[in-house]
Amino acid sequence: MTGKPQATSKAQQDGQSLDAIDRQIIVATQAGLPLVAEPFAALAEQLGLESEEVLQRVADMQARGVIRRIAAVPNHYALGYTVNGMSVWNVSDEHITELGRLIGGLDYVSHCYQRPRHLPLWPYNLFAMVHGRSSDDVVAKLGTIADLLGEHCRGHEVLYSKRILKKTGLRIKA
Amino acid sequence: MDSIDAAIVNHLQEGLPVCARPFDAVAVTLGISVDELLSRLQCLLDDKVLTRFGPMFNAESMGGALSLCAMQVPADRYDEVAGQVNAFPEVAHNYEREHLLNMWFVIATERPQQAGIVISQIEQATGCRVYDMPKQQEFYIGLKLAV
Repeated sequence: MTGKPQATSKAQQDGQSLDAIDRQIIVATQAGLPLVAEPFAALAEQLGLESEEVLQRVADMQARGVIRRIAAVPNHYALGYTVNGMSVWNVSDEHITELGRLIGGLDYVSHCYQRPRHLPLWPYNLFAMVHGRSSDDVVAKLGTIADLLGEHCRGHEVLYSKRILKKTGLRIKA
Repeated sequence: MDSIDAAIVNHLQEGLPVCARPFDAVAVTLGISVDELLSRLQCLLDDKVLTRFGPMFNAESMGGALSLCAMQVPADRYDEVAGQVNAFPEVAHNYEREHLLNMWFVIATERPQQAGIVISQIEQATGCRVYDMPKQQEFYIGLKLAV
């Protein structure tokens, strides 16, 4: 349960190192990248910058981890992955890092985190979002996870989503 | 959605190179022109098969913070509370889930200390306790949905 203080301070440095032009680029691409053959040139024109500069800044932001990757975000529901279960597991703290990596590496797990317990109501410290095409599919995948965790798991639950109440992308202001 | 669309969805989850013509290599791999790739990509977005195409930002690396929060909301006030929570621009996602803790939302803020302020404001506005569950370790983000 270390909470990674070093990662936080590095992240804060990276945040501080974003200048006004980086932020303009972020704001201009939050809704998406222009769908043209040369999207960075289009972005540069929109922002009144040289396209070389935009490319360099985007590459730098990706190298620093500000941008994870430039990619498509699928709509799980439209692709037939209609059932998503937030599975939550009470695992021993001593083994959580290795267990988290194991579960996070499964291709049907989209997010995997260690989070704090809130006892007595909430004893779970490992979260893994599991996507499937049916409830049976998700249940089978949960069985696989339970087998992988084995004796290190002291209990689990799965919380199915009933309704999306809000879903927006990350938004920052200029 | 035909097999080319499916291949586009599969390929574009991986990440494009950062270069002047980032779509060229994918178009060659798929055996279609860049124009066709772009028009199909636009259709996939219009049809909401894809929710977004572009840079995926990491809030923490921008100096910000993300936290997952849960609340136990009384059934008879559920929609009212959902409206109160959703009204906060910092609330990025909000899901109804089947549990005693029946409302789960993500707060995204530009500064880590803002998250606590938003949580207090949500507790004041709704009268419900917010269980804050910030991540302590991240093991993986992203999945490859085979189509």
